[in-house]
Amino acid sequence: MASTLAVEAAEPAPSWARQIVLPAAIFLILALLPVIAALTHQRYLIDLATRVMVYAVAAVALDLLVGYGGLISFGHAAFIGLGAYAVGILSAHGIGDALVALPTAIIASMLFAWLTGIVCLRTKGVYFIMITLAFGQMIFFVATSLAPYGGDNGLTIAARNTVAGVPLLKSDRAFYYVTLVCLLATYLFCRALVASRFGRVLRGGKQNATRMATIGFTIRRFQLVAYIITGGLGGLSGFLLANSAEFVSPAYMSWQQSGELIVMVILGGLGTLHGAIIGTAVYLVVEEWLSGITENWQVIFGPLLVLAVLFARGGLLGLGSTLRRHLTEGDSNG
Amino acid sequence: MAEALLHLQGLCKNFGSLVVTDDVTLDVHAGEMHALIGPNGAGKTTLIDQMSGLIAPDAGSVVFAGDDITALPPQTRALLGMSRTFQISSILPGFAVVENVALAVQARTGSSFRFFGDAAAEPALNIPAMAALEAAGIADRANARAGELSHGEKRALELAIALAMQPRLLLLDEPMAGIGRDESERLVNLLLRLKGQLTMILVEHDMAAVFALADRISVLIRGRLLTTGSPAQVRADPQVVAAYLGEQME
Repeated sequence: MASTLAVEAAEPAPSWARQIVLPAAIFLILALLPVIAALTHQRYLIDLATRVMVYAVAAVALDLLVGYGGLISFGHAAFIGLGAYAVGILSAHGIGDALVALPTAIIASMLFAWLTGIVCLRTKGVYFIMITLAFGQMIFFVATSLAPYGGDNGLTIAARNTVAGVPLLKSDRAFYYVTLVCLLATYLFCRALVASRFGRVLRGGKQNATRMATIGFTIRRFQLVAYIITGGLGGLSGFLLANSAEFVSPAYMSWQQSGELIVMVILGGLGTLHGAIIGTAVYLVVEEWLSGITENWQVIFGPLLVLAVLFARGGLLGLGSTLRRHLTEGDSNG
Repeated sequence: MAEALLHLQGLCKNFGSLVVTDDVTLDVHAGEMHALIGPNGAGKTTLIDQMSGLIAPDAGSVVFAGDDITALPPQTRALLGMSRTFQISSILPGFAVVENVALAVQARTGSSFRFFGDAAAEPALNIPAMAALEAAGIADRANARAGELSHGEKRALELAIALAMQPRLLLLDEPMAGIGRDESERLVNLLLRLKGQLTMILVEHDMAAVFALADRISVLIRGRLLTTGSPAQVRADPQVVAAYLGEQME
């Protein structure tokens, strides 16, 4: 039975192609975007795409937690905020180098994830959602009351972080590519994680916690580690956000922001990782586009999201198969 | 006298006012196949749940290989060498069949806090997993999605998962429930082969299977242990015949 030594994927071939081709296309487009922007003289494209990628880092991480771990965290913006405030507060004290700010941002977020995760993971389902929300709001109110660092109004950062003294992030285009590399690294890291021994236990816990316990896994330990990892990646996203905006605000960690992240992940397609990037892009681009048309863009955006969730089960990535199913069912009925 | 691998001492469990386990004291000897029979609602599954740690007893203790494990969670009991199957198949439906089993191998051998490397391609996990699938007779379905298996195949998969854990004690909760005659016969043969290699507790309604397999039989009626004895003793016990076997044998 030599042929059984390597186990083939249980899914059919088309999804394998989707696993390689679609992510590659996404990153290729992102890599070429500054060139397109330069050729078409649409500089705002770079700003918009940077924002998409910054949030996509957090969204991909959130997908790891929600899509693969089955843990719906409604306080994920807290990690973004912590990462951003790490940059802001350090900068306010004259420390403006990424070699200090980036580790601080990531470690602070991981620490917060660890401390809150221990408590949150004692609960399940709706209670987990509520308690992550509560911790998120807690850190939000701490930020609004930080008078020395701007309180409600937020904190302007004097200049983007230097890297070992070199102002590497100063130009928008350089910053764009640094963000792209961060997103690519996040994506590849999460993909490796999902396929690893660790990831398999995490995925198993989502499917059948009782079975996992009876074969000997203490699922909560794996969930806590996943929570800490996604927290750290949220911190990375916050580090990028603070640098791109050169401004830090409590709004980064509001519960609305946490909700938007969940919507982005679901919109793109849960449990795919690259779906989170597509979801983030579609969300932010549509938001940008609609807010250019009318002041009350939420009135249009809301129903659009409802339609997306109703008709694209499995998110935008699942749209193709949903359509195909509808068409074939239509054939057999008619 | 053989040493008891599992010892239940004065185990009690109530669900509200309903008594499901009523002062059960029971020894399961190392190496024996011990059947647990009784009418529906006798509390057999609840008793198995208390052995495997999914339900905590209200009173009494569970002693496994000399250690009191009453307070230990199911995962710790699993690692100590206790594995089980469920009355209603409990598998990971979205995983490949072989992955279901490979996870059990992974739990038993080495670290699961490895963040890199494709777990599905690890021969160290897949070879023992395939061996367990082979033993359970569903190696040909290794790459199918577990959720797409037939009912009988799911039962076999559960058994493969349990075997891959290389348990000292195997708890089988109605492994023959709802499967066809052929599959049921195959399962009996498999369990006969396993007999003597490990200790098993078998909850089963198929009396032909029970009497073919069991070294000793315990009869549970309304949470209370009526009697424990050899198949011949149990079959001849007028109390057992009146309470349970009478209707089964007709």
